[in-house]
Amino acid sequence: MSSQAWMIWPDNFAVSFLVVAVLAMAFMYAARTPMHGLLRSVGHAVGGPLRMGARWLLAAAAEVQARNKAVLLAHGKHEVGQRVEREFERLGVIVQRELQGYPALQRKLLDEITRIEEDYKKCGEVPPPPPEWTEAVAAVANVKTGGNELVLRVLEEIKRSITSIHDKTLADYRRSYERRHKILESFMPFWRSVDKNLVQVEQNMARLQANVRTVDAHMAIYEQINEGTDKAQHALTVSGFTQFATSLLVMCVAAGGAFINFKLIALPMSEMVGAGDYITQSLRTSEVAALVIIFVEASMGLFLLEALRITHLFPRIANLNDRLRTRMLWIALTLLVILAGVEAALALMRDMLISDKQALLQSLSTVQPQAHDGWMSSIPTAGQMLLGFILPFALAFIAIPLESVIHSGRTVGGVFVLALLRSLAFLLRVLGSLARQMSRVLIKLYDVFIVVPLMAERLWKGSRSERSSKLDVDVDLERTHA
Amino acid sequence: MKRRQFLAALPAAALAASGCVDQRSHSHAVYMLVDTSGTYAQEAGKAQVIINYLLGSLQPGDSLAVARVQSRSFSEKDIVAKATFDSRPSQENAQKRAFRERIENSFRAVSGSRYTDITGGLIQGAEFLNETGAGSKTIIIFSDMQEELDKVTQRDFPISLKGVRVVAVNVVKLKTDNIDPRKYMGRLEAWQKRVETAGAREWRVINNLDRLDAILARG
Repeated sequence: MSSQAWMIWPDNFAVSFLVVAVLAMAFMYAARTPMHGLLRSVGHAVGGPLRMGARWLLAAAAEVQARNKAVLLAHGKHEVGQRVEREFERLGVIVQRELQGYPALQRKLLDEITRIEEDYKKCGEVPPPPPEWTEAVAAVANVKTGGNELVLRVLEEIKRSITSIHDKTLADYRRSYERRHKILESFMPFWRSVDKNLVQVEQNMARLQANVRTVDAHMAIYEQINEGTDKAQHALTVSGFTQFATSLLVMCVAAGGAFINFKLIALPMSEMVGAGDYITQSLRTSEVAALVIIFVEASMGLFLLEALRITHLFPRIANLNDRLRTRMLWIALTLLVILAGVEAALALMRDMLISDKQALLQSLSTVQPQAHDGWMSSIPTAGQMLLGFILPFALAFIAIPLESVIHSGRTVGGVFVLALLRSLAFLLRVLGSLARQMSRVLIKLYDVFIVVPLMAERLWKGSRSERSSKLDVDVDLERTHA
Repeated sequence: MKRRQFLAALPAAALAASGCVDQRSHSHAVYMLVDTSGTYAQEAGKAQVIINYLLGSLQPGDSLAVARVQSRSFSEKDIVAKATFDSRPSQENAQKRAFRERIENSFRAVSGSRYTDITGGLIQGAEFLNETGAGSKTIIIFSDMQEELDKVTQRDFPISLKGVRVVAVNVVKLKTDNIDPRKYMGRLEAWQKRVETAGAREWRVINNLDRLDAILARG
């Protein structure tokens, strides 16, 4: 079809365009009302479902949020509950260990205090005062001799007696004080013992107090979780993210370990299952077998930690009675040890195979083999064997970050799903509004195309209304006149 | 040993049962034709270098056969040594050592043949490769590619080399080639045409023995 087919006068573009424009304008003017309706309907038809979708997504987001919150709080409650339980256990141990000796300690303290009191009382005992007859002697001493020899002799005798009595009494006093000093000196060990016991009591009390404070803090968190406050939810979410990131990091490290482990046993596994079978284009059966062994080791580690109740991924294992659980623990440990032994042997075989291959290649390329120092060359072999034995046990601990990833993954995933739902809802809402606004714009644009007939219509309507208003005025005048 | 293999293969068997195992053959079979006719017999040392390279490069489960190009080469008697390497690396290494010894003994006293039946060797090689059932098949022709047949021997009929890579190695120039290089070019072109008409997957000429890695390029 020619591009000039629409031209009424093919030679005259302007006239043709004008005629077509006039015709189109007339048609569009005639179809104005249904077209406006159509555009409006299209806007509603597109925008309505989009807005509905947005509302549904927001409702779904609210539901997901509520579910996330419930799961998060339940998980947090469980975690904090366990922590509080553990703190109480610790507290119980402290109380049992430290406070069970309190009656004995108290008895000891009382005994020591009683003894100190008795000794104190003994210190308070003073020596007997000098005999009362000394006063009589003093009176006699005041008697005037008057030069009488007999009196003088008597007085001399009295003086001698008194002097000897004084010396004796003084010696008694000294002995008495010496005894009291000794008693006071014997106080010291008791004081020290009392002081030591009291310091120990104070330390125990401080430790107890610290533990009680920890329990209080956990209980405060527990209460917040129980009340379902936003603060608790936020704290748990942040904790979940941190836990997820940390666990993921540890998992990456473990994956590195698993890769090394894989490298150690992949080649020797081909000695068992053959190197010619392929699972896919580039994946050998021997490599898959090596991977399976590593996964089995990780599984055994998982069961071991489950049986030890370190992880709780399998409630059935946690619910086993102690006898069965212990049996399972030993089975898992035995298998793990066997697998570790197998890996060590495979690592040795790998070294032997590589050496053999190296020797073959050297003989093929007619290169003289390098002389190796005996013990130096055995270091890598020993290292490989050691790694082969240790890595399975190291991989066993992957269960802990795995559990953490699974648990915190629920929180992280929930938050991402929520964000996705909200973003989608926002997008749908924007698109819905855009559709409605577009229909309005199109209506206006439609009117722009038929602006000439619309102006004519307005003018005609204007003159008509003027005439009718004039007619109304005339009628009014006539009425007034009437 | 079988029991041990079975126990170790159990996980792989589980995967195979679930339909995950790739049933296609991933092994590589190589048939090397060594021209021992006329003056080219002197190049036998270079042939050993290539064979050693192949022994070092082929993996467990791969096959290798080395045959001489004689006056009439369509015969198993011309195969000097052949082996399908064990899937266990330790056994594979022992097999390779034995293979190398056999080759050394065979090439120690090479007697040149009167005629050069390359086509017969190609037919024999294709037969051997097809029997191995390998996923990738290569015929290496260590020759100057100058075919000379006696009057009785018939080789001017279409041959089948379907799915086989044909690699001509160390295609030395003859005295006549030096006089007129078009002869050399024409000879190679004629062989390329013949090989490609026979359905070969690839035709390649490698004269630089430092680039032997191109011999085993797996498609």
